[in-house]
Amino acid sequence: MISHWLKPEIRQSSGYPILLLGGVALLVSTAIGIANLGTHADIAQRQLEDLQATLQQVIPAKYYDNDPVRDTVTVQEGDRSVRVYRARRKGQVQAVSFRTTAPGYGSTEMVMIIGVDRDGKLLGVRVISHAETPGLGDKIETSKSDWVLSFNGRSLGDPPPAGWAVKKDGGVFDQFTGATITPRAVVKAVKGGLEFFANHRAVLLDESSGGNDR
Amino acid sequence: MNDYRGIFADGLWNNNVVFAQMLALCPLMAVTSTATNGLGMGLATTAVLLASNIVVSSLRHWIAQEVRIPVYVLLIASLVTLADMAINAWLHELYKVLGLFIPLIVVNCCVLGRAESFASKQPVPAAAADGLAMGLGLTLALVLIGACREILGSATLFSHASLLLGPAFTFLETTLIKDYHGFLLMLLPPGGFLVLGFLLAGKRVIERVAEKREVKEEFHCSVQ
Repeated sequence: MISHWLKPEIRQSSGYPILLLGGVALLVSTAIGIANLGTHADIAQRQLEDLQATLQQVIPAKYYDNDPVRDTVTVQEGDRSVRVYRARRKGQVQAVSFRTTAPGYGSTEMVMIIGVDRDGKLLGVRVISHAETPGLGDKIETSKSDWVLSFNGRSLGDPPPAGWAVKKDGGVFDQFTGATITPRAVVKAVKGGLEFFANHRAVLLDESSGGNDR
Repeated sequence: MNDYRGIFADGLWNNNVVFAQMLALCPLMAVTSTATNGLGMGLATTAVLLASNIVVSSLRHWIAQEVRIPVYVLLIASLVTLADMAINAWLHELYKVLGLFIPLIVVNCCVLGRAESFASKQPVPAAAADGLAMGLGLTLALVLIGACREILGSATLFSHASLLLGPAFTFLETTLIKDYHGFLLMLLPPGGFLVLGFLLAGKRVIERVAEKREVKEEFHCSVQ
């Protein structure tokens, strides 16, 4: 039996449990370290592909011939910094894409990515992560409903500022049956995103000497 | 002991993780809003249970009594971390569906429970069988509860199954009632408790009926 490799004196010594626990900890950390080395590059690659896929959803392909994932600028807005991905065609920025967030139902953060063209018109909105109620608030996902597509083509002036709200609050955007808080939060976040674009337009479009990331 | 029939009967029915041991209720409530989610969580947990039972069983002669629990926790947590990394790197589509649930497996006490009560005392093949049986029993329970909640809550069954299992399984996705407005309570955690309660009661009824039948048969036999 394998267990006979261990002399009983060793097993019963008071240091054995400590050595065992330490040994196991060392062993599993080594295993995890090796696995991390082996998977690190693959995982980074997958995440990059995910980001590219999301960007493709919010900025149509005709807007760029560069790789927006690698053409970024980071803008400080209040106490948070926003990383902006720029879609260029023939060297000129045609559209930008960035994350915008809003507290959702139950105050868990909803993260959205929006695409805006150089005139401040929305090209697309996608919700990346949220914790809204399944069956009610999750209609903000494109797999459940077309609702977020209703933002396409909108801008800060269209509808006018008073219209940037759900219908229940006198705005132009539909709410869903049984859920008002979720769409209200999305509308607010999208409007916030457009305002962010308007405030930093020159830097985002690379028309002033802004701090490029590279 | 090499009673594999007994091991599987225990895992799937007599000593089912959810319906008999009442373990794993935290991930149960969290993920079973649809049958597909239940299936994904169940299969991922089965894989970890199988691996942890095999590892614990093959190390059982070395593990000192005094530190066995921390050692098991270390082993299980690292197995889950390894699974998480591997799925993220090489099965990324699956990771997008299951990603949230994989770390939850660590807090699933049934994995630690099986390591402590079975794998630490049994040879490797029996421990592997037990891991598989308990995992399948858990999967069965998760799918059953997920299906009940999904049918009552949104009148669909196995929605988004093709995301988890691949496009070949699109046929599983069914909508039972069109334009169903939904029964929100069932999709929220209380619905999970309600469904679990009714299923537990159902299991008791089945067992009682089976017991009565057995008693009757014995009585008949003894009379004759």
